[in-house]
Amino acid sequence: MMELFVFVVAAAMVLGGAAGVILRSHPVHAALSLVLTLFGVAVLFVAQEANFLAAVQVIVYAGAIVVLFLFVIMLLGVDKVEDLQIEPFKIQRPAAVAVGAGLLSMLALAIIVSRDAKPPTVARSEAVQAALDGSHDSNIRAIARDVFSDHVVAFELTSVLLVIAVIATVLLARKPRRGETT
Amino acid sequence: MTAFTAAVTVTTTWYLLLSAMLFVMGVIGVMVRRNPLILFMCIELMLNAVNLTFIALARRFGDIGGQSTVFFVMVVAAAEIVVGLGIIVAILRRRPGATTDDLAALKG
Repeated sequence: MMELFVFVVAAAMVLGGAAGVILRSHPVHAALSLVLTLFGVAVLFVAQEANFLAAVQVIVYAGAIVVLFLFVIMLLGVDKVEDLQIEPFKIQRPAAVAVGAGLLSMLALAIIVSRDAKPPTVARSEAVQAALDGSHDSNIRAIARDVFSDHVVAFELTSVLLVIAVIATVLLARKPRRGETT
Repeated sequence: MTAFTAAVTVTTTWYLLLSAMLFVMGVIGVMVRRNPLILFMCIELMLNAVNLTFIALARRFGDIGGQSTVFFVMVVAAAEIVVGLGIIVAILRRRPGATTDDLAALKG
């Protein structure tokens, strides 16, 4: 009962926010609709017992990424209303909706056909298995064991990726000095 | 009404169908909108749909690997946003008000 109520409310938030992103003509309104969607997804994460990732979702996505979007919108002064009447190609929108409907029906078919699928057997290290067998409030512990034992190389590589991204952004956003070619 | 709601249980299939809808809305947004910033937001919608799929299946199969994957997806998405917004800032500084159609001029 409660689960159904939470799911329906969160699903309405997610879909309403997504509709806002693709339908609002003002970029700031679209960014705020995106916040609604991200919060709805965070609620669904909690409902699916992913407490740590729900917190990360709110902090990183709703906190950092949307603020970055709003910052760029305000900074560049692109917060102008986009004219949604302009359609570059004649049949672009009907074609997009048709492609979307086809994709959705294929995905829904695949989901419904495979709804009784058995879980694959995965080789897991003993520490992760021990954390999984523990109580429900060990979500963070289980993720930490998994990330830092089974996927530690990937974790280190993401730190390299982040450093590369930061340096690249500084290079991209910097104004070239006089007499210097970009 | 209460008999109906008591009989209905929220299964993983519901979550998967919801994330499929969210993904498709992101796809439609990318195909329809012309503002590069909005395109980025639609890409975020698609990434969130995939994250929701991972979380739902992680719970269904009792496998924490799905949640770890979502963690990595979030890190990569953050890096992607930073680089993408840097590129958009560089383009919009040179050509204010550029839309995705104008970017056809990039092909030279």
